[in-house]
Amino acid sequence: MAINREYLGRAFPASEPYEVSRVKIAEFAAAIGDPNLLYRDRAAAQAAGYADVIAPPTFPIVITFARSGAALADPGLGLNYAMVVHGEQRFSYARPLMAGDIVTAQVTLTDIRDVGRNVTLTTSTDITTVTGEHVCTAVATIVERGA
Amino acid sequence: MSDQVSYDSVEAGAEIPAVSYPVSRLSLVKYCGASGDFNVIHWNERIAKSVGLPDVIAHGMFTMAQAGRFVTDWAGARAVVTEFGVRFSSMVVVPDDDTGASIEVSGQVEEKLDGHRVAIALTARSAGAKVLTRARAVVKLP
Repeated sequence: MAINREYLGRAFPASEPYEVSRVKIAEFAAAIGDPNLLYRDRAAAQAAGYADVIAPPTFPIVITFARSGAALADPGLGLNYAMVVHGEQRFSYARPLMAGDIVTAQVTLTDIRDVGRNVTLTTSTDITTVTGEHVCTAVATIVERGA
Repeated sequence: MSDQVSYDSVEAGAEIPAVSYPVSRLSLVKYCGASGDFNVIHWNERIAKSVGLPDVIAHGMFTMAQAGRFVTDWAGARAVVTEFGVRFSSMVVVPDDDTGASIEVSGQVEEKLDGHRVAIALTARSAGAKVLTRARAVVKLP
């Protein structure tokens, strides 16, 4: 099925608030095999100048993936998810995500283009605290491989 | 974790020694659960092959996470990552055996920027293939 180009530029509604928890950060750090104490030990994080444990640099994907995944699963878009691979990922951070942050993710579909037999889709997702502090922007390009 | 790197001690062009990180089928199952990305190509060999892949492949974000760990381990606890981006240029194929695959990450200090920031150019390889390109992190150092 072809990708519906009418979705280009669409700004999807912001997610429900997501609370960053110490347990989820520790689970994520364990899953990537990273023993860094900043992700587990509040005292170590405080010694480095943080109020609580921080999240690894790729942790925001937990929040953005759920939101952009829901956006890209919109049946009207026509994406075949089994044919999708990740093409590119970029983050820019105002600061690390931290345990206790309550944030929302707002996805915009910024680009759709044909690359040979494939189609690439680019989303930009802003992670903002519920008090309005911008924490991180994640730009993801996924590739739907042509059959 | 390594010792703390300071901005003044870093020189542009300096190489950061390579580190090899293992990735097994169990790693991918754990990463599915932790990240919420349950795309079948990361855990189901039958479907992965049916859609033209050589075998189950690692999540791109798992590979990126290893590159992130490489940067934060080098930079130390008081460093802050301000930018991090990669392009996924090849797949990390993870066989169903006792060994799995490995991802070797290396880096170089690309340039010193203002505001105590340094740009790190990263390279990641698996089974001889370059799995990340245009991989770059900017880190603010004390």
